[in-house]
Amino acid sequence: MSSVVDEVASGPKPVVGLLASPVARSLIGGLAAAATWLAVAVLITYWPDKPDSDWAYTDDLTALCGALAIALALGAVAGVWFAGLQRVRRASPWLIALALYVAAWETVTAKLGLLPLPFFPPPQAILEVVVDDRTRLVTCVLASFHLLATGYLLGAAVGFVTGVAIGWSRLANYWIHPVLRFIGPLPATAWLPLAFFVFPSSFSASIFLIALATGFPVTVLTWSGVAGVNSAYYDIARTLGANQRFLVLKVAIPAAMPHVFVGLFMGLGTSFAVLVVAEMLGVKAGLGWYLQWAQGWAAYANMYAALLIMALLCSGLITLLFRLRDRLLSWQKGLVRW
Amino acid sequence: MVVAAAPSERAHPVNNNPVRGTTLTIREVSHRFDLEGQPLPVLDRISLRIGRGEFVALLGPSGCGKSTLLRLVAGLDSPSAGSLFVEGEEIEGPDPSRVVVFQDPTLYPWRTVWGNVALGLEARGLLRTHRERIEAALRLVGLTGFINAYPHQLSGGMSQRTALARALVNDPTLLILDEPLGQLDSLTRITMQGELVSLWQRAGFTALLVTHDVEEALFLAGRVIVLSERPAQITAEIVNSLPYPRHRGDPYLAELRHEVFAHLGLDATW
Repeated sequence: MSSVVDEVASGPKPVVGLLASPVARSLIGGLAAAATWLAVAVLITYWPDKPDSDWAYTDDLTALCGALAIALALGAVAGVWFAGLQRVRRASPWLIALALYVAAWETVTAKLGLLPLPFFPPPQAILEVVVDDRTRLVTCVLASFHLLATGYLLGAAVGFVTGVAIGWSRLANYWIHPVLRFIGPLPATAWLPLAFFVFPSSFSASIFLIALATGFPVTVLTWSGVAGVNSAYYDIARTLGANQRFLVLKVAIPAAMPHVFVGLFMGLGTSFAVLVVAEMLGVKAGLGWYLQWAQGWAAYANMYAALLIMALLCSGLITLLFRLRDRLLSWQKGLVRW
Repeated sequence: MVVAAAPSERAHPVNNNPVRGTTLTIREVSHRFDLEGQPLPVLDRISLRIGRGEFVALLGPSGCGKSTLLRLVAGLDSPSAGSLFVEGEEIEGPDPSRVVVFQDPTLYPWRTVWGNVALGLEARGLLRTHRERIEAALRLVGLTGFINAYPHQLSGGMSQRTALARALVNDPTLLILDEPLGQLDSLTRITMQGELVSLWQRAGFTALLVTHDVEEALFLAGRVIVLSERPAQITAEIVNSLPYPRHRGDPYLAELRHEVFAHLGLDATW
C-alpha cells in the first residue's frame, strides 16, 4: 500500500495530499482486499475441481467469496463518507492474507488433490457442513454456552468471594488457605470420574468441574490482590470515618480488581479446556460432544467446522471479558501499558 | 495561647474569624516498635498542649518519630504509654474530625478527583445530604476544573491539593499534616505554604504539622516544637509571634531560624 503512495509521490502535489490522506488509504486498502477476494472467487469457479471429486458446494463457495468481495468494495467506497468504516483499513492487510490462505487451501485440496482425504477437506466441504448441519451445530453451541456460562459465572462468583474472604479475614485465611493449597492445584479434570458418579446428572457434574477450574485462579488472584493493597489506602479511609464494610467494598475490592481480572482471564482459559473434556466424556450435547461424534464417523469436515465455531466462541468470550475490563478498569489507562 | 472559654465565643488567634478548632493534649506519651523481638523506642515521654485554632509545627531530624506521633494523634495506632486527649476526651481511634494529610497524597487511582474528595462523606453516609461540600472543598484548593480527572493525570501539586480537599471536605477541627509538601518542587511548595496559611485562617481549625524543613515550620506555625533524635524528646519550644501574612525575608524569621538550628545542633553550619 505504501508503494502505491510512493509511486504517486512524484506526481502533482494535490494528488499526493489526496492519496496520503486516511480516507484515500482506507479506500485503497478496502478495494485491494475486495479485488483479492474477487480473484479467489474467479479461481474457485474457473479452475475445475480435481476429476472424480464431487464437492457439492463449490459454486456456493464462489458465491460466498464474491459476496465478500462486493461487501468489501461497498464498504471501502462508503468509508469515504462514513468515517466509522475507515477503521476497517487496519484489517485490510489481514483480509488480503486470509483470501490468499483460502486460495492456497482450495488449490492444494479441491483443485490439485495434493493432501490426503478425508483428513484434509477443502473449504467448500466445511461450508457444506455449516449449512447442512446447522440445526445440530446451533443446538451444540447453545448447549456448550449454557454449560460454560453457568459453570464459569458460578466459579467466578464463589472464587471472588472466597478470595476476598481469605485476603481480608485471618480466620478465613487460616481455615481456607490450606485447603486451597492442597486441592487447588489438582487439575479439575482429575475429578471427572468422581464427579460423574457423585452428581445426579452429567450436566451438574460438568458445571461443578467448570466452576472448580474457574474458581481456583480467581480465588488465588483475588486473594493476592486484596492482600497486596497499599496499607496507606486503609489508613486514609479509616481517618475519614470508614467502617469495615466500607474498607472491604470501597477500598480492598476496587484496589484488587486488576488482579481479579487476571484471575478471570486465566479461569476462562481453563474453563474452555474442562468444558471440552467434560463434553467429550460425559455430556451428550455441545461442541465437545460434536467433535467426538464427528471423529466416530470419520467426518473430518464436521470436525473442522466444529473447531472453527469453537474458536469463534472462545475468542468471542475472551473479547467480551476484555471489553468488560476496559470498562471497569479504564482508570488504569494512564498507569500501565494498555 | 488563651485558656478556657466556650468555642463559639472565641476568636482566632490571628484574625477575627470564629474558631472551630479543638484543643489537643498529649500527656507523657511514649511509644516503641517491636523490631524482630527487640523493642525500638521512638517516643520518650512527650507532653504537649495545643490550644484552639493554633498552628503548631513539630520539627526534628528525619526518622525521629514525628510521624509516629501524628499516627497516635490520628488514632491510627495506640501509644505504648501515656495518653492523648482531644477536648479532654481520650483518643481511642480514628475520627473524621481529625484528618491526616500524608506526605504521599495516596489518592485512590480508580476514583476521579471528585470521587477521591467524596470519600469521607461517602464513608459516613453523608454524600446525599452534603454533596455541595465537595464542590466547595475543590474550589477552596483551586481544582474546580479537574473534577473528572484521574489521579495519574495530575501533577504533584494538584495531587496534594486533592488530598487537602479530601481532608477539608470533612470540616476537620484538627488537621494533621505529615510533611504534606515534602514531595513537591520548591516553587509549588512555596505557593502551597501560602495557601495552607490562608486555608487555616479561613477555616479556623487547629493545625499540627510535621516537617523537617525549618523555614517551612517558621513560615507556617505559631509555635515550633523541636524534637531530638530517636527516641524523640521535646528539646525546645519556639514561639513565633510574627503576624500573618508573613514574609519570608523577615529578619525576625532569620533570627528564629538561627535559634532553631542551634537547638538541632546545626549552628556550626550557620
